[in-house]
Amino acid sequence: MTNEELNAIAKAEQESKERFEHEVCVCTAAGCLSAGGDKVKDALTGEIARQGKDKKCSVKGVGCLGLCAKGPLVAVESHGKKDKLYEGVTLEDVPAIVQTLEATETKGAAAAGLERSMDEPFFASQVKVVLENMGKIDPEHIEDYIAVGGYQTLYKALTEMSPTDVIGEVTKSGLRGRGGGGYPTGLKWSTVAKANGGATKYVICNADEGDPGAFMDRSVLEGDPHRVIEGMAIAAYAIGAHQGFIYVRAEYPLAIKTLKNAIRQAEKMGLLGKNICGTTFSFELHLRLGAGAFVTGEETALIASVEGRRGMPRPRPPYPAERGLWDCPTLINNVETFANIPAVIREGGVWFAAIGTEKSKGTKVFALAGSIVNTGLIEVPMGTRLRDIIFDIGGGIPEGRRYKAVQTGGPSGGCIPEQFLNMPVDYESLQQVGSIMGSGGMIVMDETSCMVDVARYFMEFCMSESCGKCTPCRVGTAQMYDILCKITEGHATLEDMDMLIELSDLVKNTSLCGLGQSAPNPVLSTLRYFKDEYMAHIVDKTCPAGVCKICSPAKEPVEVKS
Amino acid sequence: MNLTKPAPPSEDKRWRLVEGTMRRNGYEPHALIETLHTVQESFGYIDEDALKFVSASLQVPLARAYGVATFYHFFTLKPQGEHTCVVCTGTACYIKGANAILEAIKNEFGITPGETTDDGKVSLLSARCLGSCGLAPVAVFDGEIVGNLDAPRVIERLRRWVGND
Repeated sequence: MTNEELNAIAKAEQESKERFEHEVCVCTAAGCLSAGGDKVKDALTGEIARQGKDKKCSVKGVGCLGLCAKGPLVAVESHGKKDKLYEGVTLEDVPAIVQTLEATETKGAAAAGLERSMDEPFFASQVKVVLENMGKIDPEHIEDYIAVGGYQTLYKALTEMSPTDVIGEVTKSGLRGRGGGGYPTGLKWSTVAKANGGATKYVICNADEGDPGAFMDRSVLEGDPHRVIEGMAIAAYAIGAHQGFIYVRAEYPLAIKTLKNAIRQAEKMGLLGKNICGTTFSFELHLRLGAGAFVTGEETALIASVEGRRGMPRPRPPYPAERGLWDCPTLINNVETFANIPAVIREGGVWFAAIGTEKSKGTKVFALAGSIVNTGLIEVPMGTRLRDIIFDIGGGIPEGRRYKAVQTGGPSGGCIPEQFLNMPVDYESLQQVGSIMGSGGMIVMDETSCMVDVARYFMEFCMSESCGKCTPCRVGTAQMYDILCKITEGHATLEDMDMLIELSDLVKNTSLCGLGQSAPNPVLSTLRYFKDEYMAHIVDKTCPAGVCKICSPAKEPVEVKS
Repeated sequence: MNLTKPAPPSEDKRWRLVEGTMRRNGYEPHALIETLHTVQESFGYIDEDALKFVSASLQVPLARAYGVATFYHFFTLKPQGEHTCVVCTGTACYIKGANAILEAIKNEFGITPGETTDDGKVSLLSARCLGSCGLAPVAVFDGEIVGNLDAPRVIERLRRWVGND
């Protein structure tokens, strides 16, 4: 595969696209699929043929179009016209949409009722880097990715840049780990690159998106898998690895299928495997399936799992960069980190560093869920205000309810109350208010959610997901869960609350890995901002949100400590 | 080490798939999780015979194979019912009422996640997060993801399976 061949494929693909006046893109990512996206796609294909428009219109399945709540989504790209987006498309709407394709005037057209304006903040306020091809290309079709310039960056890196140049660009870009830790990617790469020269090295993509409420990685893998593969290949070249693994959750069957297919196609085209693009560089990529353990998102536990063992962490140092998979230097990055790489190398580190804030560069993909009008997938520059994300892009809280908190960072994160809505979202600001960036899940809650119950939910999660290797986490999370249950049942005393705070401190500071160290975060952050709710449960024996079934409405005498 | 490979527990053709996975991975111990995935995909669950066969083939102690099979939530050592219903209990689904769905199932069919109805018709499972948070609450009925659910709708679907309507 040479650059000429890549260009030829891209050109042929573009020409075949030019032949059609309209391209109908149906979202077939998991969200829209469960709303019947695949059936809509088949119906559209059939209807276009029935109306004799198959010479002018093509239909394809694409990755996530972002507005998951309103699926199935259909986007139409027409020559010389603005793109259109139809939401909530049912089989009955198909004929109307096909008729509208040819209509010169959209006002009053048959399908006008389903149209969603692309000028809304949800679309207009986003800056797409990782998701630039999302909803435009068919993930099952490698030529589509090549047509939008895919794999040219890999070619450029292999033929025009030295591994040091590549790492230099990544360092310049200021990209930080998108798995949530925020460790500078360039620094990590150069550490692995410098690790003892002769050893075998590995690249691992952490696609074990275990945080409940996060679905960014899944969408990227299902909608633009080649982007991640290309990013991994560039990383392998930069650090001197010839083997890579993608560790995906078994809960994502569609992502697994898409990836398997993508790897096969890339191998067939000589973009993976031996002597890539006619250079001396070889890179083999394998898929490894997770089996449903949250702790395997922690890098040392993930390595144990790739080796076919129980996913249990081990103390660090030595970090995987020195001794990782089978004791060899290993680079582990998250899906979104790798997905940023093609853009960084293509446009240059300086371009990337111009987006975002001083310490957090680039964009971040967030998964908006919970009590919010526009649930779905968004990408915004780092430093975007929380208020803009939730109220402009997200469309605010449905049914006129009041915002109470947004939960970021999953079970390791915290809740952010109303007074911080004007805060810019970046790694440092989130940490300052007791939460973390995490992988990018944002779950919005309104007054119908009880914060103590939410804390209990996350503690139950951490307790059952604790691998059991270290005592503070294994025992501590169980004790904390018991206390939280007592509080939500209305049996707790103020001493229990003191014990809860003491345990939080202990578990946080003495656990072996990130799971235990961050397990108390949801408790600490709700205690910090919603202490009145805890007090209501403990002292008044009521649940202000009406969620908890307080068993003993009779007030017991409470001794107030001085 | 030149050991003869153990024979599969039965004549069942599905063991060939399991052997295929092990062969593709060169019978290396690190293929354990991949192989258990294949076993579960082929048979629906992992029984003792399968564990013995896989551990002997990959030359890992049976204790380790058992340890791995029990460590990961995805693996099950019990046969599954005719139909499976996986209720998502991720954060978004939780705050939108996944618990009410589980409670309704318990009241109606007397099963909690991980259990199967006495007649072997329906297995109930829960998932940590299916990543379809935009459609919360979500469940998977025999592999088909359905979103925006509520307790009555879930119960109705399960009743159809149990066939007492």
